[in-house]
This record gives sequence, structure tokens and C-alpha cells, in this order.
Amino acid sequence: MAIDEELRSEVQNHGVFILPFEQLYNWGRKSSIWPLQFGLACCAIEMIATAAARHDLARFGAEVFRATPRQADLMIVAGTVTKKMAPQVVRLYNQMPEPKYCIAMGACAISGGPFKDGYNVLKGIDRYIPVDVHIPGCPPRPEALLHAIMTLQRKIAGQHLEKEQRPRWYDKTAPAEYLIPTYGEHDLEPPVNREVWQPPRSYRDVTLEEVKKA
Amino acid sequence: MEAIEKIKEVAEQAVSGAQIEIVNSTPAAAQPSLLVDCEHIYAVAKFFKEDPRFLMDFCSCVTGVDYLPKDDKPGYIEVVYHLYSVALKQGPIVLKVRAPRELEQCSVPSLTPLWRGCEFQEREAYDLYGVKFDGHPDLRRILMWDEFKDHPMRKDYEPLLDCEWEPTPHDDTLARAEKAGGIVPPSAIEEAHKAKR
Repeated sequence: MAIDEELRSEVQNHGVFILPFEQLYNWGRKSSIWPLQFGLACCAIEMIATAAARHDLARFGAEVFRATPRQADLMIVAGTVTKKMAPQVVRLYNQMPEPKYCIAMGACAISGGPFKDGYNVLKGIDRYIPVDVHIPGCPPRPEALLHAIMTLQRKIAGQHLEKEQRPRWYDKTAPAEYLIPTYGEHDLEPPVNREVWQPPRSYRDVTLEEVKKA
Repeated sequence: MEAIEKIKEVAEQAVSGAQIEIVNSTPAAAQPSLLVDCEHIYAVAKFFKEDPRFLMDFCSCVTGVDYLPKDDKPGYIEVVYHLYSVALKQGPIVLKVRAPRELEQCSVPSLTPLWRGCEFQEREAYDLYGVKFDGHPDLRRILMWDEFKDHPMRKDYEPLLDCEWEPTPHDDTLARAEKAGGIVPPSAIEEAHKAKR
């Protein structure tokens, strides 16, 4: 992008915008994120409040909640994901067209939250689908969701279309779907998709040198 | 409504052979309950529903309670029914019935034929405690999925070892995280290495 900044600024003053195509393309994409109309628990109420008049998600171009995954770009996982619900959530994400994004909203969606020690709640949706933005909070304020959308917009704006740095979905051979867990006798099978999520290393594998360095 | 002793007497007279015992929780609650034997619980419940003095037309709550074996006494699963009368504006009458903890023998008569509202609540008790309700029209799991084998509200249910990541482990959670090869904070890492040295 060898455009002289001064020149660019100069012509901009005359109403002429010179910018890389990718920037224009990403500007268009980030300004019309269509979320999936889908809530799982109390966080969904905050999501509704975010979309309603007071907080007005429309200011960020993301007010068009779609009632079908086939027309949505963004899945806001708003609420507790029970193990019984998890396969359906992954299936919905699989049905969304690329490029697609995911915001995990609230303590439950990012980690299981207060139900983490229970037998029935998934300990974070990032165990099955890649999450772009995590929002802590129980529930997060609408401002926090707005911040997450702005964070996602920055992420979209920073994506490249060129060969090396292009997103995964421009690679036609990349897998388009994520593994849908099945109901097992004691837990979901598998309990975690290792291709998507890896637990941090066990402290047993940490070497003494690493500890000293830390 | 009369005192619990009187209610017990009336029910015993009405249902011959019924063994009813007044049970008070400790410390004594304001709601003593009637512990009825398995064979007669249906008849006793039917009596409370139909007798004009009680007219218990509403079963508000069905609960399971797990009691582990204690001091050589065998454990049991208790099912608790709370009955109210909307017609006479009175209640509750609390009925309890007990079944052995062993899954094969853990069954009590269903009261769904008397109160349709028991259907889902008995399914929940079956799902989470493993109590079989004889005579229930549709005894399936209701909260967990059909393929699930455990009864997770039982006190001897072993929690899953899916705690690879424990940001704030303590007590039981720490023990579980250790067992699962989980993560503990840096201070514990240092201590573990000290122990190694």
C-alpha cells in the first residue's frame, strides 16, 4: 500500500478516498454483522437490551438479528450451554455460512460459570467451536456486549485477503464444519473437541527452569 | 385443618392396613409429614384427594431425597409429595414414601393417575434419583438425555473428571483437578517443585 499519507489526506479533503480494496471490503463486512437470533439463558435478556432502543446495537450495524443460521454471520452464545444443548449449538454454528464469528457472552458461555462443578453444564462453548471474543460477567452489561462487537469489528478490519494471511475460510480445502458431540452414557462424546480446544499444560509438565524464569 | 395426629388417625381408619408414621425433620419444621408404607401410599393419597374433609386436589411438589447408609442403618430414597386443597383453601399435607437405594429395588407407586401434575415431577425424580414409579404412564428421563445412565443427584454420584482447567482450585475441586491432571496456580507449581527437591 504505497500511498503517500500526505497525498491521501490531501485528496481526502477534496472528497476522494483512496484506500486498499481489502480495507473497503472489510469496512463493509464489519459494518453489517448479522447476529443469529438465539439466546440460551439470562444473558439473552441483556442481549435483547443491547439490541433495544436504549443501547441501540444498530449504531454498529449489527441490529439485523436473523432467525435462521443460514443468514447469520455472528453467533452470540448468550447463556448457559447445557450438555444437552451443546450439540444443537454446534450444529447451528455449522449451518452458518462463512465467514462466521462467535462471541461467548457471560461466565457460563466462556467457562460454565457458577454451574462449572455441575454434571450438566458444558465448561465453555470454546470446547467445541472457536470463539472470537469472550465476554466475562454474570450477566455482562449491554455495554460489554457492545464492546465485544467493537472488538470483533476491529478483528474483521484487521483480516487480510492475501494468500499468506488470508482467513481459513478462503482455503477451499479447509474443513467447514466442526465436530458435533453425541450423547454418551455419562458425558458428551467426545467431552471436548481437541482440534478446537486444548487445556493449558498440567503443572506436572512445567519444568523447573520455566518456574524460575516466571 | 386438624392436627397432624388427627389426620393420621383418620387416614389409618379409612385405609385399612396402612402403616403411617409422623415424621418430623430435625430441627422440627412447622410441617410434620406422614411417612406411609409403599403398599398403601396410593390408597392413602386417593383418600386425601377424595375425602370431603381434605379434598387435596393439587399436588404441588414431588421431590426425591437421598439418604446414605448411616450407623449400620441402610440408606433409602425418599419421595416427598406436597398436597394442597384449592377447593377448601388448606394444606399442605406432606406424604413421604421410602424405597431402597439399590437401583433394581428402588421403586414406589406412581401418583400420576391421581394428579396429572405429578407426571413431569416424577419423571424428574426418576431422572435424577433413579426412583421407578410403578404405574407412571410415560417414565422417561426429562432433564438429562435418554442415553444417560447415571442419576446425578444421588449422593454417591461420581462427578466427571472434566476439570483440566481449574483457575481457582481448592478443597474437593483441587483434589479432582489433581486427579484429572489439571492446572493449579503458579504458587502451587513452586510448592510441587520444592517437594520434588
